[in-house]
Amino acid sequence: MTDSPKTTSTTPKGISRRGALTGLAAGVGAASLPMWARYTHAQTAAPIKIGFQIHRTGIGAAYGRWYGRTTDAAVKVINDAGGINGRMVEIVAEDDGTDPRRGAEVVEKFANQHGCDVGFGTLFSHVVIGSAPRAGELKLPYFVVSEGHHVASGMLNRYTLQPGITDVKSQVQAMAPYVANNLGKKVTMIFPDFAFGHDHRDYFSAAIEAQGGEVLAQIAIPPAETSFTKYFPKIPRDTEVLYHVMVGPAVLTFVKELGEFFGPSRPEMFGFIDSLEAVDIASPGLEFLEGTYMWEGMCREAQPDATEHAAFYRAALGVDARGASISDPTDVSTYGHMFGCWETLHVIKAGMEASGYAGPDDRTKLIEAVEAMSEMPESQAHPQGAKLFNGKTHQVFGHQNISRVENGRLVRVHRTSIEDTLYPDEVDYTTQSF
Amino acid sequence: MTATGKILLLHGGLLCVLFALQFVLPAYHHGNLARIMVLASYAVGYNILFGYTGLLSLGHALFFGAGMYGMGLSIQHLGFSPAPALLAGLIAGVAVSTIIGLLALRTVGVAFMIVTLMFAQAGYLTVLYFVDWTRGDEGFVIQQAQRILWGIDLSDPSNRYFAALLLFSISLLISLWLVRRPFGKTLVAIRENEERVRMLGYDIQAHKLGAVVISGTIAAVSGAVYGLLFGYVGASFTAVPHSILPLLYVLLGGTGTVLGPFVGTVFMFYLIDLSSGITTAHMLIAGVVLVAVTLFAPQGLVGELRRRLWRWLP
Repeated sequence: MTDSPKTTSTTPKGISRRGALTGLAAGVGAASLPMWARYTHAQTAAPIKIGFQIHRTGIGAAYGRWYGRTTDAAVKVINDAGGINGRMVEIVAEDDGTDPRRGAEVVEKFANQHGCDVGFGTLFSHVVIGSAPRAGELKLPYFVVSEGHHVASGMLNRYTLQPGITDVKSQVQAMAPYVANNLGKKVTMIFPDFAFGHDHRDYFSAAIEAQGGEVLAQIAIPPAETSFTKYFPKIPRDTEVLYHVMVGPAVLTFVKELGEFFGPSRPEMFGFIDSLEAVDIASPGLEFLEGTYMWEGMCREAQPDATEHAAFYRAALGVDARGASISDPTDVSTYGHMFGCWETLHVIKAGMEASGYAGPDDRTKLIEAVEAMSEMPESQAHPQGAKLFNGKTHQVFGHQNISRVENGRLVRVHRTSIEDTLYPDEVDYTTQSF
Repeated sequence: MTATGKILLLHGGLLCVLFALQFVLPAYHHGNLARIMVLASYAVGYNILFGYTGLLSLGHALFFGAGMYGMGLSIQHLGFSPAPALLAGLIAGVAVSTIIGLLALRTVGVAFMIVTLMFAQAGYLTVLYFVDWTRGDEGFVIQQAQRILWGIDLSDPSNRYFAALLLFSISLLISLWLVRRPFGKTLVAIRENEERVRMLGYDIQAHKLGAVVISGTIAAVSGAVYGLLFGYVGASFTAVPHSILPLLYVLLGGTGTVLGPFVGTVFMFYLIDLSSGITTAHMLIAGVVLVAVTLFAPQGLVGELRRRLWRWLP
């Protein structure tokens, strides 16, 4: 035992009642220091505050960086054109660490401290799902840019909307006709063994079977796996198309090992750009992707038939024809997804203008105005293309792109119709009360 | 005034202040304090094992997650109402902490840390593996209609605050009661000199197991309450960073002090919250402040208070 053993209830030194009370009062005062900050209500001429839940740190940081740049560019365009209802737009950005607990705290901060009019911008599904209940309770319109099916599935609430980016179910479903008709009907799927991968497994399997195809094998890769070679022998020999979805940094190892396994004779391959966002397709180690096909929400490479709106959007972002920053060509963007921020902000603008939004008391009017939206023509506000918004499910639908890797570049080979992406409603949020 | 009187006055006073703050705090800090009280309860549980028994666990997120998923899955798949769901969370906590305690206590020191870390990682991967039940990394929402306990809507800010205060009060009082009982004093003695306690005839393993189960169960109930109050159950709460959090709270607040976990949680929460308003590199500020506190108050904030001023603090 030590010379002076610690105890938990020693009273070696007396203290006066006055001292105790003084100390207690000081402690309470100190503890409440940060609580004295109060927010002020927005005045009519005050800017419209949009709380931007940004993944500055954590696994979503690469996306967050570009979501931030896109948001800044969109706000500049909106403000240069006079703002919303004559008021400037101010972005209040808060890092959520790509963590659902912090995400919910950030939503509370938007609503109760910053006095934001709406929340916006969340990408990763678990952060959306962790934050949306608080947004609903705080009655803060929450515009997510996540592509998760969680909004349209009915899991969330009336205050959560996804009007700027399509969801994974519609994306996956729309790929099936092209895959079946051009690449092959016998498909083997490789996907991460968690929710995102299971969405692909379930939605694509159903869609390819509807096209007369079949899924020969479904190979789930456990989370945290770092080497994939042992899974490749499970790929049936008569596989015509290998459908792969991997996320995280392991994708580079995955592609490299896949190349070593197949050599020059491989089946057709189809994947999603998600795991290769912010990565140069011409990077060493990705040579095996040459000749394979990729889903893209919006084409990273400038296309020959790009509309004036797409060109305007690219220029406003400061992104070159290959999808990298003009100031730093090694800084590749998350082009396939980040248009969602631009379009969502323009939907918020349109909704606020349609509802005559003046302040937080009009939040429900704003939601009703967005719910009333339907067709969104291709325009400067929608540079990715025309959209169809479903007010009941709070989910937007739009064209999808399939690109082929040719000489290290992504060349678009197909663009789906919006109809290819539609599916029956799974919820009607408009029946929920505010 | 006797030491007992001072202790009761201080801890009772804190609970009274927390009760009163419900009526005066601005909405943002009101919500924060509710969250802090639940997280502080988690840290109070952790402190019983780490602060008083001297066992450093790196896997307490497993217990927090056991309670959270015990509650959440029983609501989601068995249609439980909140009261039996909370009980399910508690039972899950007791069961998991007993099993982990029996296994992990076969090791000591660094090995105990590693074993608890590995068990927690196994728990995290289990949540991801049974994705059809848990929705894996995405987690799932506990809908507002599923969060009405005996007619009380726990999504209401005031109700949530009082529920969090009730949990924190119970955790704090259990901790205070425990460390003043022979069982708690034996835990402290084990921390100070295990061999001497063994020589005196105490059953070391039984006491350590008791500490793991009490600590794990408080963590589990905190997890269950957290899910119920904030409407979300997710795998990130079972991941390694969530095991580190209570360790930080306790170290900052004061290891082996009853109030330390609460003070540490408040400090850490607002350190991140305030520094994120100053710079995007807020984690750097948080890191520098943590290093400074560790250097200049190595026993933690409350520990330092005890060392310098109030020696009677439990």
